[in-house]
Amino acid sequence: MKRELSYVEAVREATDQEMERDPSVIVFGLDVDDPKAIQGTTRGLVEKYGPERVFGTPLSEDAMTGVAVGAALAGLRPIHVHIRMDFLMLAMNQLINIAAKSRYMYGGQVQVPIVVRSMIGKSWGQGAQHSQGLYSFFMHVPGLKVVAPTTPYDAKGCLVQAIRDNDPVMYVEHRILHFQKGPVPPSSYTVAPGKARITAPGSDVTLIGISYMQLECLRARCYLESADIHAEVIDPIWLSPLDIDTMSNSVRKTGRLCVVDNGWATCGASAEIITQILERLQGIRPVLVRRMGFAPVTCPPTPTLEDLYYPNARTIASAVYDLVTGGENRWMPQENVELQEIQFKGPF
Amino acid sequence: MVERFYRALYRIRRVEEEIAAVYPTDRIKSPVHLSIGQEAVSVGVCEALRQDDVVFGSYRSHALYLAKGGDLKKMIAELYGKVDGCAKGKGGSMHLVDVQAHVMGASAVVGTTIAQAVGFAYALKLRRKDSVVISFFGDGAVDEGVFHESLNFAALKSLPIVFICENNFYAIHTHQLLRQKQANICERARTYGMPAEQVPDNDALRIYEKVSEAVTRLRSGEPGPRFFECLTYRLKEHVGPNDDFHLGYRTREEAKPWIENDPIKRLGDQLGPAQRHKIETEVDAEIREAFAFAERSPFPEAAELYMDVFEA
Repeated sequence: MKRELSYVEAVREATDQEMERDPSVIVFGLDVDDPKAIQGTTRGLVEKYGPERVFGTPLSEDAMTGVAVGAALAGLRPIHVHIRMDFLMLAMNQLINIAAKSRYMYGGQVQVPIVVRSMIGKSWGQGAQHSQGLYSFFMHVPGLKVVAPTTPYDAKGCLVQAIRDNDPVMYVEHRILHFQKGPVPPSSYTVAPGKARITAPGSDVTLIGISYMQLECLRARCYLESADIHAEVIDPIWLSPLDIDTMSNSVRKTGRLCVVDNGWATCGASAEIITQILERLQGIRPVLVRRMGFAPVTCPPTPTLEDLYYPNARTIASAVYDLVTGGENRWMPQENVELQEIQFKGPF
Repeated sequence: MVERFYRALYRIRRVEEEIAAVYPTDRIKSPVHLSIGQEAVSVGVCEALRQDDVVFGSYRSHALYLAKGGDLKKMIAELYGKVDGCAKGKGGSMHLVDVQAHVMGASAVVGTTIAQAVGFAYALKLRRKDSVVISFFGDGAVDEGVFHESLNFAALKSLPIVFICENNFYAIHTHQLLRQKQANICERARTYGMPAEQVPDNDALRIYEKVSEAVTRLRSGEPGPRFFECLTYRLKEHVGPNDDFHLGYRTREEAKPWIENDPIKRLGDQLGPAQRHKIETEVDAEIREAFAFAERSPFPEAAELYMDVFEA
């Protein structure tokens, strides 16, 4: 029987194995060494590797990001942890103006092998500043890699890859995905940048779900099966670089594309993915397109409004039903509570 | 000693003057923030350093780059946008780098490299190295949040770093006292838990003595950081090759004592004419050669545009 780990355990194991393998790996950020250990993702690391390699920091996201860059210039491989992605806004100058640009503006003489872990929140009234999926900001900037793994398998493999990568990697987690369980090999392995994964096959429509929305897309696929619509679900995994080959090959087959983002649609990851696929397929295959994302408002904490704010499996299924059948059908599947239990098993 | 310092100061001054002279021809393809008037700080500090000590600077880092041993030919070629530049023409004057000389970078965004210097110092400490890091920045950087966050963390971890605030009194055209309630930069540094001292007279030898003493202590394992505020004066405009007294934000009278107290003149006066002539002839020849090198060097090929975004 294959060993199962939670996403949290997978992140912790990747960090532990890389720290053991390579003494230049260090971990820091607000509260990484406190009793809660960032949902458990850094549990036991300070005991094993000591407070010089694992330490909590002052509440100084700006300078501590610069510290990570400077330590990386000196040959370390820092993992800088942010318990909320929203807090990265305090680190933008160091990330955009230095981390992303150093290799280029110093003519290839230096490298900045940092990993910036951050978490997107959802529900429990997370509200305006605990819920934002801001990865498209980083996709915009040359010199940064961006990854948003959704399974425990990819959480481990992408983190190992990010740590060993000689360029800065924004590693985006989602609090709800933290609870997911799935098979994770005990030994170390990497998941290569720029490679998407077809998570469920289908022939009628290509459904691309980013971050947590991958989970909702898999649920939506089950609803659509009941209407005899077969969706191919793809997890991009790496948002920069994007695997347009895998995604456009699927769309070439289905002719229909729905991208569901765990963020706002405007200037977002969905806009970029759709544009690149359409550029690839223009003149080859007509494509019907739909994108979904957060409502274009600030995230409200109250549950009645929050429910409307996010796409979910049923609204996704409904939108895809329209895309496939044409017109506005107002079809909405009955809620199936069993689908709430859907967990990522992965193809492994 | 005097000879060594005079050579270093004269060399930087002459390089900057040559840049100013060439600038109107448009062969230099980069904004230039000249350090004329401020050379003593970089020279005083860097003469106290070893090759493996590390420096980070600001957009006004020509003097720092040269004082720390950065390659002159590559610097001029960089300003010309040529492929033999220190960053292959992809950095420009504001992002000089020379990894061999441990000039680890400079940023156009004020204060930004202070944090990287602190991170480098953290790595040195973790690896039990006895080299030190010097972070150069101006009085404008003291306004930035990153200055305070960085000093706090450096002190918290007792890092082997020396902060050098080059206070030339102006952030572009705005005087320190229009941006800061009190002229108390050293006092602010002390509140974070580090010794801080002002060196008021733009004297390269005095700066050298003080920084040498601090660096020796840090190498011997004494906990850092250390902080020096070196008062100095920029004689040219904020950016560009010209004077700017006509703008009215400062007066020639204000500049007068700094010009009269010019460390290059002071040190030069202590040398014999023959000694001085020898240094100046050698330096002038080196500079001519560097500009000729930059002129000869080709511009980068088109393929260079897409190189160095990520590791190849």
